[in-house]
Amino acid sequence: MHPRSLPMALVALGAALAPWAPVTAQAPATAAAPKPALVAGAVSRPNADPFPSTYVPFPSRPTVIRNVNIYTAAGPLIRNGAVLMRDGKIAAIGATVDVPAGALVIDGAGKYVTPGLIDTHSHLGVYPAPGTAAHQDGNEATNPVTAHVWAEHSVWPQDPQFPRNLAGGTTSLQVLPGSANLIGGRSVVLKVVPSRSVQGMKFPGAPYGLKMACGENPKRVYANRGPSTRMGNVAGYRAAWIAADAYRRRWDAWLANPVGDPPARDLGNETLAEVLRGNILVHNHCYQADEMMQMIDIAKEFGYKIRSFHHGVEAYKIADVLAREGISASIWSDWGGFKMESLDGIKANVGLVHAAGARTIVHSDDPSYASRLNQEASKSLAAARVAGLNIPNEEAIKWITINPAWALGIDAQTGSLEVGKNADLVLWSGDPFSVYTRTEKVWVDGAMLFDRADASQRWRTDFELGYVPNAGGIR
Amino acid sequence: MRHTTLMRHAALALALAAGPAAAQVIAITGGTVYPVSGPKIENGTVLIRDGKIAAVGTAGAVAIPDGARRIDARGKWVTPGLIHAATTLGLGEGGSPESSGGYSDSRARGEDGIAATFDAWKGINPANTFIIPNRQEGVTSVGVMGVGGMISGRTALVDLVDASAPAEMLRKGSIAMLGGFGSPTAGTGARAEYWAKWRRLFDDVKTYQLRRAAYESGSTREFATSQANLEALIPVVTGQMPLILDVDRASDILAALDFAKAYGIKLWLANATEGWMVAKEIAAAKVPVMVGAMNDIPTDFASLGQRRENAGLLRAAGVTVVLVGIGTSGAESFNVRNIRQEAGNAVAYGMSWDDALRAVTLTPAELMGVAGAVGSLQTGRDANVVVWSGDPFEFSTVAEQVFIRGRTFDTKSRQQQLTERYLTLPPSYRRP
Repeated sequence: MHPRSLPMALVALGAALAPWAPVTAQAPATAAAPKPALVAGAVSRPNADPFPSTYVPFPSRPTVIRNVNIYTAAGPLIRNGAVLMRDGKIAAIGATVDVPAGALVIDGAGKYVTPGLIDTHSHLGVYPAPGTAAHQDGNEATNPVTAHVWAEHSVWPQDPQFPRNLAGGTTSLQVLPGSANLIGGRSVVLKVVPSRSVQGMKFPGAPYGLKMACGENPKRVYANRGPSTRMGNVAGYRAAWIAADAYRRRWDAWLANPVGDPPARDLGNETLAEVLRGNILVHNHCYQADEMMQMIDIAKEFGYKIRSFHHGVEAYKIADVLAREGISASIWSDWGGFKMESLDGIKANVGLVHAAGARTIVHSDDPSYASRLNQEASKSLAAARVAGLNIPNEEAIKWITINPAWALGIDAQTGSLEVGKNADLVLWSGDPFSVYTRTEKVWVDGAMLFDRADASQRWRTDFELGYVPNAGGIR
Repeated sequence: MRHTTLMRHAALALALAAGPAAAQVIAITGGTVYPVSGPKIENGTVLIRDGKIAAVGTAGAVAIPDGARRIDARGKWVTPGLIHAATTLGLGEGGSPESSGGYSDSRARGEDGIAATFDAWKGINPANTFIIPNRQEGVTSVGVMGVGGMISGRTALVDLVDASAPAEMLRKGSIAMLGGFGSPTAGTGARAEYWAKWRRLFDDVKTYQLRRAAYESGSTREFATSQANLEALIPVVTGQMPLILDVDRASDILAALDFAKAYGIKLWLANATEGWMVAKEIAAAKVPVMVGAMNDIPTDFASLGQRRENAGLLRAAGVTVVLVGIGTSGAESFNVRNIRQEAGNAVAYGMSWDDALRAVTLTPAELMGVAGAVGSLQTGRDANVVVWSGDPFEFSTVAEQVFIRGRTFDTKSRQQQLTERYLTLPPSYRRP
């Protein structure tokens, strides 16, 4: 349960700087194509997508859940209402819905429906279970700045943690590189679905994220070579952004007038330049309020936005600033005290940040925690009420649905139950804020991918076959 | 030194501020009382006098003396204080063991990972800031144990009272000997090597016990560990002090059962992740287990069968189950209070509610040999009592009154003080 230790000694690979294999030759977006034509890999193009999502929704049938209580994450609780999923989308929702011919109809008496839960801070696939030295792929701890690495290239789709998070109601998550580095690399947003490749899990249209880390971890990991202090950390971020800004200007000039040989491509600066262009969202691991304030100034110095502070155990101290700056807080219900920078953790953190008007998110950073995000949100809700903050359940459900969807840039597609949005949906045995409530069924894009009542159809990763006993005790 | 003196004064002040005086008579009336030792009592009364439970019964059956302080518990639930049997509470905070007493005995490194004389509780810092928040959520006693090595030391049970020295918190020491497992922490490689080490160690302890005089005169062969460790292990080898083994894999559990049987020792299992796969064998061996109910991740190759149903399945097979947190790191000393959540999850995944309450109250008390004093609401027991706003396992429930040895504690936690400071923004930070 304690934060993942940094597997420094286990990192055997050097920084893999080789460019990816050339794909289909493609002219730059501008009219004046250079000659000779360049392979795609030669050009540092905004919003390039060399590993495109191949995700296709699983087969589904029109499904109605009726007589059910619905937390939509977009309004008041609908008591004894109904929802229709069709063609992977929410087709209707309300007190009643029309039932199409041939639809699967589920009676939800006494039960609850929520949007699929979303975790902004996952290391599934990059730190898979079972933990082995060979699978410690989350921290490229070879340099304090490794903006060139992409978490998706470490994701093992057969990680048995994926089906467990799905069974807990989590349908989308962001896989981040670890926090060993000042700048750890690109994150990836995944749907929690079975796939042979990470591309088959990638959330279509989701922007990339950039992982940055404040405080104790980078300075501890690089104590011998630097940075070894917090001031060293800050110098490191700024040096990286200075180089990235020069790179962006060089490339933007060439892309505007692609004449002659293009500038040298650099994967790290390319990712950072995409942040500066607003195409990649910054996810910043940062515990202390004072450090978050400094990171906000650095963002202003270089003209980028921080999308979410992660862990933020002191977010409550600057909740007003977060609200004003439009920065979300991805935080825990009750973790604290496990290192100096987490010493001031309080259970009212989520409630205080919410009450100040900042976008508040309950995140995991832990595979077991991520399979019960509803319980963790419930603890935060209770703690808020103890502190005198009377937050309704309808607001608290947003901490694990629409708010994380916003932080990941997928709130137009998922995170709330509204007509036209993806049918990512969980049916709960009771109110999800109760400790006794379990998930019953989970849908991703309208397809039922988890059904507690039917163990025979349970998603078992390749790894699990022959290794992990199923509910019946058979390996 | 100045710092130490200040801390002592602070602790003394806290002790004085703790109210109400133990001599006072307190009557908790009107609540639903869960004595655990017997069926629940609707509209029950719990009478506390001189720090003890003076009476428990229905409203009509318990006479309330004049002048008693009455606590109206109508609509509330009244239970024994919760016991979390396996924690590191008080030993460190902020990732700095030096902030308190520390988690492990460094001498064990020169002793093949054997720290049989280590009493972690003696290093508890009574001013550790994690203690109060855990107490405020209804945990009244915790087992305190060291970490790491083949033998981490002796466990103890302490009450979470305001104190100036750990001895004031101690309820019972030298309860069990905690053994580790797994190659990195136990300092062993192969499993066969691990068991060979235990056998050699226990054979040596037995020999030492029989030939102590010869040992003193230097006429025995060399033993596997120091004299201090040999002495400390005698009660384990003679079956008086339980040995706790932290094992996960089903086959490791069976190996532990075989080992315990062969040496006639008293064994408790900790974690027992795949226990559900060998539940019948564990039940037949009458070996109790200390397990969690929240983790569903096959964390390592020894715990591939991890599932939340484990606790309930073990109980259904007749195993004595104690619910504990899912680890013993610093994070768990911060959140010892989440024993409530473990219990709630155990119920959600198959254990009966009554069994779950017992697994965090009377069952651990029985195992640790303190059931005559804590773990249930019965006349003569120490008054470790909690008045809850509702079901103690529900998140929305608050521990409204927490009595330990008949006292309540008003001390604000550091977490509360931080919360109150930042409830209004900007905080009044500019003045001292």
